[in-house]
Amino acid sequence: MQDVFNLGEKVYQSRLIVGTGKYKNFEETKKAIEVSGAEIVTVAVRRVNITDPNKENLLDYLSPKKYTILPNTAGCYTAEDAVRTCRLAREAGVGKMVKLEVIGDDRTLYPDVPATLEAAKILVKEGFIVLPYITDDPITAQRLQDIGCAAVMPLAAPIGSGLGIRNPYNIRIILEQASVPVIVDAGVGTASDAAIAMELGCHGVLMNTAIAGARDPILMAEAMRLGIEAGRKAYLAGRIGKKLYATASSPLEGVLA
Amino acid sequence: MVEVNTVFFMKIHINGEQKEIAHGLNIAGLLDELQIRPGRVVVELNRTIISREVQESTSLKDGDVLEIVHFVGGG
Repeated sequence: MQDVFNLGEKVYQSRLIVGTGKYKNFEETKKAIEVSGAEIVTVAVRRVNITDPNKENLLDYLSPKKYTILPNTAGCYTAEDAVRTCRLAREAGVGKMVKLEVIGDDRTLYPDVPATLEAAKILVKEGFIVLPYITDDPITAQRLQDIGCAAVMPLAAPIGSGLGIRNPYNIRIILEQASVPVIVDAGVGTASDAAIAMELGCHGVLMNTAIAGARDPILMAEAMRLGIEAGRKAYLAGRIGKKLYATASSPLEGVLA
Repeated sequence: MVEVNTVFFMKIHINGEQKEIAHGLNIAGLLDELQIRPGRVVVELNRTIISREVQESTSLKDGDVLEIVHFVGGG
């Protein structure tokens, strides 16, 4: 049976969603994303530099024909700003799926949950496919699912921290309740973190800094692809239970006397 | 007939910066002047999105606040 990832209105082979920030240049961005196998890439909406407008554009390197472009609302601190950013992004013609993040403070970059709920309500009503970045709180996840979000995206740890999944038990509760895909978004540091998220049963993982900030981003992109695949397969295979004491792997009969 | 208050230049805000532009310029003309490819940007005029089809027919006026945005790398 083929294992595919349904998100929004499309079907994907890859369960890895990658950001496009913090790379050395567009060439490196393109290469890393190719190697990661990701089919969905996040982007930010920002003012054009009007004094030097002829700089190359990110989309010249990442064709919307090849990738699903997922605009984010990074840097938005109010529901109003996030909604405005999503409307601008939709006008760019890359679809109606958005990564909603309403930031609560710039030290933790934790989401402002009430503002996220408020923005999600408006965006869903306007026909957006909303993927909200949230704390690993089962109640918030439930509320956003009820509003009509197409997925919920709990953080593993603070954005860019590389701390990995700090509370796997909350992620498990969120998964148990979820009727939409659960995507771990933010906080992943290395391939084993991605694998753990997938082993828990998450439907996907979104990351940026873990790849772009690695000493060798291209190699880390490959490691992340493999980590996601390994974790997903392990989840589907069904791991053994954990036991305190040993169980022999070799038969006890026929041991030399 | 000569208008008494003819203004040849007007002041508008583009991406937070004040600019003087020719009177009567429309948005398409402004993008052209700024050498911005219209296909890769989204324009907002006084908080209203101006879709590409109507950029040529949307004239700017003194005091307008314009935002010109595009996609950049982000997570």
